[in-house]
Amino acid sequence: MPGRILALIIKEMLAVWRDRKSRFVLIVPPLIQLVVFSYAATYDVTHVTMAVLNEDGGLAGRELLARFEGAPAFDRIVRVADEKQMAAAIDSRAVMLALRLPQDFSRRIEAGGSAPVQVILDGRRSNTAQIAMGYANVIITAHNHELTAARGLTAAPGALAVRVWFNPNLDSLWVVVPGLVGILTQVVALVVTALSVARERELGTFEQLLVTPLRPWEILLGKTAPALLIGLIEGSIILMAAQLWFQVPFIGSIPLLYGALVAFLLSIIGVGLFISAVSSTQQQAILGAFFFLVPTMTLSGFATPVENMPDWLQVATLANPIRHILTLMHGLFLKDLPAAQAWDSIWPMLAIAAVTLPGAAWLFRKRLY
Amino acid sequence: MDTLSVIRGVTKRFGETTALDDVSATIAAGRITGLVGADGAGKTTLVRLLAGLLLPDHGQITVCGHDSVTATDGLHAAIGYMPQRFGLYEDLSVAENLSLYAELRGLAPSSHRATFEHLLDFSGLTGFETRLAGRLSGGMKQKLGLACALIATPRLLLLDEPSVGVDPVSRRELWRMVHGLAEDGVGVLWSTAYLDEAERCHSVLLLDQGRLLRDGDPAAMTRHFEGRSFVVRGMTDKRATQSAARARADVTDALIQGAGVRLVMVENAAPPLASTLTDSPGATVKPAPPRFEDAFVALLEHRDAAIPPLPTWRPRGGGGITVEARGLTRRFGDFVAVDRVDFTMAAGEILGLLGPNGAGKSTTFRMLCGLLPPSAGEARTAGIDLARAAPEARQRLGYMSQKFSLYPDLSVRQNLNFFAGVYGLAGPRRRDAIARMIEVFGLGRMVDRNAGGLPLGFKQRLALAAAIMHGPDILFLDEPTSGVDPLVRREFWGHINAMAAEGVSVLVTTHFLDEAEYCDRIGIIHRGRMIALDAPDAIKAGIRSATLPDPSLEDAFVALVERADRRRES
Repeated sequence: MPGRILALIIKEMLAVWRDRKSRFVLIVPPLIQLVVFSYAATYDVTHVTMAVLNEDGGLAGRELLARFEGAPAFDRIVRVADEKQMAAAIDSRAVMLALRLPQDFSRRIEAGGSAPVQVILDGRRSNTAQIAMGYANVIITAHNHELTAARGLTAAPGALAVRVWFNPNLDSLWVVVPGLVGILTQVVALVVTALSVARERELGTFEQLLVTPLRPWEILLGKTAPALLIGLIEGSIILMAAQLWFQVPFIGSIPLLYGALVAFLLSIIGVGLFISAVSSTQQQAILGAFFFLVPTMTLSGFATPVENMPDWLQVATLANPIRHILTLMHGLFLKDLPAAQAWDSIWPMLAIAAVTLPGAAWLFRKRLY
Repeated sequence: MDTLSVIRGVTKRFGETTALDDVSATIAAGRITGLVGADGAGKTTLVRLLAGLLLPDHGQITVCGHDSVTATDGLHAAIGYMPQRFGLYEDLSVAENLSLYAELRGLAPSSHRATFEHLLDFSGLTGFETRLAGRLSGGMKQKLGLACALIATPRLLLLDEPSVGVDPVSRRELWRMVHGLAEDGVGVLWSTAYLDEAERCHSVLLLDQGRLLRDGDPAAMTRHFEGRSFVVRGMTDKRATQSAARARADVTDALIQGAGVRLVMVENAAPPLASTLTDSPGATVKPAPPRFEDAFVALLEHRDAAIPPLPTWRPRGGGGITVEARGLTRRFGDFVAVDRVDFTMAAGEILGLLGPNGAGKSTTFRMLCGLLPPSAGEARTAGIDLARAAPEARQRLGYMSQKFSLYPDLSVRQNLNFFAGVYGLAGPRRRDAIARMIEVFGLGRMVDRNAGGLPLGFKQRLALAAAIMHGPDILFLDEPTSGVDPLVRREFWGHINAMAAEGVSVLVTTHFLDEAEYCDRIGIIHRGRMIALDAPDAIKAGIRSATLPDPSLEDAFVALVERADRRRES
């Protein structure tokens, strides 16, 4: 009996590897996604172009502008002559942010009073605009401090000293790449399992399997094991790329990481087999896989924080395996997540697997005929 | 006799495969030209070239003077084309399909009504105008397809395997319709893998592996074999007689036909004495009329492909087990696919299930081998209900479907390894079984090639090897020889007969009527019911009459189906 399942597993691995198309699916899209996500999906804002409407012309104004010119995030500063030009620059997306110094700016500062400046942001790019605004704030605050100090006044009593833990430079690669270990592994494992039964249905070999002495659960096991293996290999490759190529540190426990991946893969393979059981063609299986992938990615916290979602949706994300693996990956890469805390995210995935795998087996038996 | 179409030195390649190799022929008006050959012989490629859907690599094709490359508009106006998978829109009704084709062909709206009435009457579809095309039977679909192809009254009608999946009754009607068209002066090209259909054509183009083997009058080709075919009857063991005949140098072909064995002798050879072929005292050898198949087989035997040796291996099982169906019924929703089928099959028997697509043949078959649970009644194999999942019982059966069910991206050896593994063969037993299969089926040169790229005949051998390498006691074969050429089919039945002689029971479905003659008994399934179950000769004898003194199995089939339909109506 173990011999039978072994024969099935060997066959499955050969079938996936020897088919040029499925070999391509395993290698090329994950690599492209790894590169695209890592380099494109960055939250850092650099190369901001800003417009300046300087109605003031005084010394204090020039000093403030010099600070903006010196900041690495703002690499181009466009001077505009009037309000109309400023509006046009924002309108045409030529600039992200505009700074307006009013006529009396330098005068007010010299008089020792407070001097308001206006910042106009392009709200169509709300995320980027907010980050740019943050940078602008920092520059203006620093300028204020200097002015207060120069006048011999004591600095404002409460000053923030910010230290970022785990990712000191707030490098978004450090956040994106660990997440990809989960996400890309999910895509590959899901597609491999979703296609496996559907491909056999198309070839007519599925019936051939059913008339052999193999029991349905043996067939399922023969489909689960190869997908688990392929998923682990894929995960390991991305893990290595993360360290060797992207130089993201990994400070957690490797056995814990693989334990988490196995739990995660089991829950995903259950879903894949579920899709495979209901699809009669490979096309349907691929559609089914994407039907699952798109919402679970959105609700995973990869792109938008789960904390920002409405409460009921946050509860729903608990049933989403990718959410848990993301928590685990970030924890294991960037801080040495202790096993007890890791377990808080691992058991939900095992619970999901305990539903999806038997569910798939049940549906599989029901759809045999 | 007008020549409608001229094919001159046409070659067509797809990648490394040569689909057509320097083919030259003509197609005449007012005649039915048969395009005959096995799957992969190049029939569909030639039809598509004639329809202007493919361009030849070399050579030229003209239809009614229009070149198929440069004058496609004129060519399309002159032809009617019915593709293999009927070009019907299954979600449109019969009438909607007709008007769609009328508009596509630019028929004047004023003439729609009269044309449709004429075509519906001609195709016997009057009364079915509102039925969705997808809901028609196989035969009716083909008739509608033909009606759609006839909308613009073509001068050349191209029919790509119109009789696949059509029951013998509808097939006769299709032929009657096409003969009527030919009498009106339409040139018809009818492509087929059925050799008995070739005999009904005025002229045939015989294709094999992309080459044109012969072009001419089928009757003349057959006449060449006059006086060379004989039937041996009256022996107790027909398989022993067949083997004895095959061993003789002066016999080119020996085939089981009902209770007899049909022989084809080499030219100018005397008929063999019955006593040299069998020990049965009452056996006789009588002359039989030649058939087109005799000519085809003789032509094929000159080709290079090695003709495989007869099997010399012995299956290990060989106990032979019985199959029993009692009140077997299967419903899909309201539709009763199989309706109270009863039969028992003896150990070591070859039983054929015969019937058109959709008659319930496959459903019955699937219930018998445990792929589908019955709605009522039961199917027992060796006393065990396979639908109740008994893996030990499934160990004793072998299964081969018409799709061959191989893993195309695995090599021959990997496929064999896999099937040996799932049947629990391990260690030396696995090595022995695989080595024996490779030897018996001549797969030695192919072991490292991918199964998907094998020639059809080798695919079939591999599929059979995979199904029998564990030594089953019963073999389930689902249309195992559809689309293969007569030589491959003979070889295949050689293996099956050898296994039956060892006591393996064989259940086979087929829609080749001449293949049914190889079986010990046949069951005819029509509209979900088993309307006849007997030895082929007894079934033929049952309808013998003064007007039909020597009925063929097809005659018997048609008569039985008509009788069953009359009984149903009354």
